[in-house]
Amino acid sequence: MNIRLNGSEQSVADGASVSTLVSQLTGRSIGPDGRAADGRKLGVAVARNAEVVPRSQWHATALADGDDVELVTAVQGG
Amino acid sequence: MNETTLSGTPTAPVTGAVADPFVVDGVRLGSRLIMGTGGAPSLDGLGAALVASGTELTTVAMRRYSPAETGSLFQLLEDHRIRVLPNTAGCFTAKDAVLTAELAREALETDWVKLEVIADEHTLLPDAVELVDATEQLVARGFKVFAYTNDDPVLALRLENLGATAVMPLGAPIGTGLGILNPHNIELIVSRASVPVVLDAGIGTASDAALAMELGCDAVLLATAVTRAQNPLLMGEAFKHAVIAGRLAKKAGRIPRREHALASSAMDGRAEFL
Repeated sequence: MNIRLNGSEQSVADGASVSTLVSQLTGRSIGPDGRAADGRKLGVAVARNAEVVPRSQWHATALADGDDVELVTAVQGG
Repeated sequence: MNETTLSGTPTAPVTGAVADPFVVDGVRLGSRLIMGTGGAPSLDGLGAALVASGTELTTVAMRRYSPAETGSLFQLLEDHRIRVLPNTAGCFTAKDAVLTAELAREALETDWVKLEVIADEHTLLPDAVELVDATEQLVARGFKVFAYTNDDPVLALRLENLGATAVMPLGAPIGTGLGILNPHNIELIVSRASVPVVLDAGIGTASDAALAMELGCDAVLLATAVTRAQNPLLMGEAFKHAVIAGRLAKKAGRIPRREHALASSAMDGRAEFL
């Protein structure tokens, strides 16, 4: 299936969870609580169809075809 | 170790700096200088400037994750144990600001947010109506709102009454370096506020920050003045001292301004030359 990720089309496996997607993009292994398995902070957040998905829900939240996903992090800013 | 920093020279501890923490939302910060991170050409340079400035609280923006830049700023701040204050820069509506704040809270695990709702890209001035709306919504959602606002004493008090944790009036528009254009308004805001007042935006050089503190502000927030200075490291250090100097001067109590000169040497007992 296809989703929109940060404004671009992205193909993901059917039934992939938010957790799977974040793990793929960040290259970090993520536990069921939405935290990195290495114990260091991930520093990212996910909005799906303009609503924040709390990290505690990443594992249980399946992506659907056509979802609009934003993955954000901290960057330099005033 | 470094030719450009003055830190190596032995100096006595600055009286009052340690005993006079900046307390906001119950958190004690050792520095009254809040740094922005925007405009720095490199992360290494930024890190050095932040350390030189002595800041313990630093703003960041929330933007799309790019695998190429893997959270390095976040890591840099973690490494230096500098607390993050996420902002809502680039938001033009209360709706966008609230969603951005929610994302920041999730990503950075802090309920502090520098609320910035701007009217247009030309002035970057806060949109008062959206700002009030967003403050109300964010406070209701449990955020600690650091409200970036116009230098308007009426609006500042409204934001405080809506539950803002700190009000942050601008000295001049973002990035202009014009200093504090309306010192009287800043003094008025300070005199009526019971939450911390942070002078935010418009600072050009160290004396502007000292003035902000002399006017009674609790802290100063700046980015461009350091990150785009010819030597950010030196400027960061300059601001560290400026904020301390201004704070001490405010606490010390300045002399009144006088119309005429007042001799500081006694006239009595002068030698007479015939």
